[in-house]
Amino acid sequence: MPTTSTTSSPGTGSGTASAAGPGTSRFAGVRRLRRRRASSVLLRHLLVALAGLVVVVLVLESTSSFRNSQLASMAYLGIAAGGLTVLTGLNGQLSLGHGAFMAVGAYTTALMMQDSDPVMPIVGVLVAATAVSLVVGAAVGVPAARLHGPYIAGATLALAIAVPGIALYFDRLGGEQGLSVLVPEIPVWVLDAVYFVTGSELDSTKYVAYVGWLSLIVSYVLLANLMRSRVGRTWRAVRDDEVAAEIAGIHLGRARVLAFVVSAACAGLAGAVMAMAVRITAPSGFTLNLSLVLLSAVVLGGLGSLTGALIGSALLTFLPQVVTDLGAGAGLTDVQAAELAPLVYGLTMVAVILLAPAGIVGSIRNARRRSRGV
Amino acid sequence: MQQLLTTALTGLTLGAVYAAFALALCLIWRSTRIVNFAQAPMAMITTYVALVVIDAGYSYWVGFAAALLCGLVLGAVVERVVVRPVEGKAHINAVILTLGLFIVLHSAAAIIFGSRYRSFPAPFGLRGLKVGDTSIALTGFGIFTIVAVVVVMALLVLLFRYTDLGLKMRAAAFNQEVARLLGVRVGRMLTLGWALAALVGSLSGLLIAGGSLVHPGYMDSVVVYGFVAAVLGGLDSPAGSVIGGVLLGLSLSFVSGYVGSELVALAALVILMGVLLLRPGGLFSHTAERRV
Repeated sequence: MPTTSTTSSPGTGSGTASAAGPGTSRFAGVRRLRRRRASSVLLRHLLVALAGLVVVVLVLESTSSFRNSQLASMAYLGIAAGGLTVLTGLNGQLSLGHGAFMAVGAYTTALMMQDSDPVMPIVGVLVAATAVSLVVGAAVGVPAARLHGPYIAGATLALAIAVPGIALYFDRLGGEQGLSVLVPEIPVWVLDAVYFVTGSELDSTKYVAYVGWLSLIVSYVLLANLMRSRVGRTWRAVRDDEVAAEIAGIHLGRARVLAFVVSAACAGLAGAVMAMAVRITAPSGFTLNLSLVLLSAVVLGGLGSLTGALIGSALLTFLPQVVTDLGAGAGLTDVQAAELAPLVYGLTMVAVILLAPAGIVGSIRNARRRSRGV
Repeated sequence: MQQLLTTALTGLTLGAVYAAFALALCLIWRSTRIVNFAQAPMAMITTYVALVVIDAGYSYWVGFAAALLCGLVLGAVVERVVVRPVEGKAHINAVILTLGLFIVLHSAAAIIFGSRYRSFPAPFGLRGLKVGDTSIALTGFGIFTIVAVVVVMALLVLLFRYTDLGLKMRAAAFNQEVARLLGVRVGRMLTLGWALAALVGSLSGLLIAGGSLVHPGYMDSVVVYGFVAAVLGGLDSPAGSVIGGVLLGLSLSFVSGYVGSELVALAALVILMGVLLLRPGGLFSHTAERRV
C-alpha cells in the first residue's frame, strides 16, 4: 500500500515533495530495522548456542560415563540429522546416502588417528574430515542436482550400498575388521580449562562427548544462519516451485548442489565424531540402515527444523534401550527385542507421513498458530 | 574363454532376476508414479513364507505358490491401506513412506522369522550342466530362473495387450481422470497393479533365494540393482526395464568376475549416474518433456 502511493505520487505536482519526505525516511527506517533484525538473528543464534553450551556442560558433568558416551552418539547423530533436515526439509532433496558420507568422514578420521602421536590437533582432523566429505559430496551432488524426486533417492540409495564395498576392497582401509581409532591425548590446556570451570578431571569419554557437542553447536549455528539467510531462501524457493524460482533468477543447479554439499559436509563431521566416539571404523557401522534411521529421525522431528533434528537424534539414542527393555520384559529374545527399535522408527515414520507430515516440531508450530487464530 | 562364458552365463541368470524386479518397480511407477523401495522387503517376507511352508513338510512348489499368492495379497493390502493416502501428493512423501515400510517389514521379519541366515532349497540341481566333458556355469536352477521370468513376462504382455482388464489397467495408469469418466474403477486397477507388481517382485525374491541363504537383509542390494535396471531402461517402459535388467546383470557379473565382487554396488552406482546424466529418461525413452 505505501509503495503504490509513493510510485504514483510523482505525477501529482506540488504534493510530491511532502509525500516523498516521509516515504524515504520510512524506507531508511525499514532498512535500519532490517539491519538490526539481521544482527539480532545472529545474536539470537549465538545466545541460544551459548545457553546450549551451558546446558551441555551441566549435563555432561552431572551424568555417568555411560551416559556421556550415549550423549556423544546423540551428538554425532544430531549433526548428521541437522545436515539432512536442511537438505530434505529446505531443499526438498531426499538423501539416503548420508550414512555413506558419514563413512567418508569416519574413514578420514581413522586414517589420521592411527598413531598415538597425532598428525594434527583434533580440530584439524574434524576440519579435514568435513572437507573430504565436502569434496565427495560435491562429486555426487553435481550429477545428483540434475535429478529430482525418486531418482535422487535411488541414486543415493546406490551410494549407501556402494560405499561399504569400497572399504572392503582396499586393504588400506582395514577390510571387514575396519580401522581402530586412537583418540589423541587430551591437550593440557583443555584439561586445565575444564578443571578450572567444573572442578573435575576430564576423562577420554567425556572429552569426546565435549568434542561432539561443540561440533554440534558450531554446525547448528552455521546451519541456522544459513537457513535464515538469502541462501536458505533460495533453497526454499527451489523446493516450493522450480519454475517460479528459476524465473526469479535463481540458478537451480547451483542452489541444489550447494544444499547437497553443505549437508554432506555435516554428515562428514558427524562421521568424524562417530569414529572418535566408537573408536573403530568398520563397514558394518555404515549400513543402509544407518541412512534410513537418520531419515526417520529427521521425518519424526519435523523436516526442515534443527530442533526437530535434535529431538529425532535424542529418540534414536535413547529409545532403543527403553524399547528393548520393554521387549525383553514381554518375553522376546534379545535378538528379537533389539529389532523392536527399528520397528518403532519405521512405524512412526509411516504414521507421521500419513497423519502429521510436519513432524513433531511442525505439528506443535501449526497447533500454536491455529490456537492463536492466525 | 572359459571364464568369459561362465561370467556371461551367470550374468544372464542374474539379469533375469533383476529384470523381474525392475519390471515390478516399473509396473508400480507407471500406475502411481511411486518408486516402491519397499518392494525388496516385501519380496523378502514372501520368501520367508515359502520357507515356513517348505519347512512344514510341503513340497517346494506349494511353498512357491504360497509365496506368490502372499505377494499378491501383500501388494494389494499395502496399496489400499498405506499408499492410497499419499497418491498424487508430493513425491517426497511417497518415497519416505515406502522407506518407512522398508524399515518396518525388515524388523518385523527379523522379529518373526529370526535374523540368522537360513538356507533356502532349490527345486533343480545347482551343479553346472555338462556339455561334452566340460561343465558350464548354467545350472538347472539357472535355466528355471530364466524360464520363469520369461513366462511371467509373457503372461503380463498377454494380460496388458489382449484382455479387457489389461486395457482398463493401462487406461487407469495413462490418465486417471479420463479413465474414471469412461467408467474404469481406477482405485481397483491401482490396487491390482500393486498386487501384480508385488507378485513379480516375490518371484524375483524366490529366484534369488533358491539354493542360497536367506536373511532379512538379503534383498537390500537387489532393490538398488532393480532400480538401476529400471532407470536404465526408462522407468516408464516395461520392455526397457527387462532389457535394462539383463544388461545390468551382465555388466555387474563382469565387474564381479574381473574386478572384485566388493565393487559390484559401486559399478551399479556408476552405471546409474552415467545413464541419468547422459539419458535421464533411460536408454529407450522417446519423450523428454516434463510437465511443470
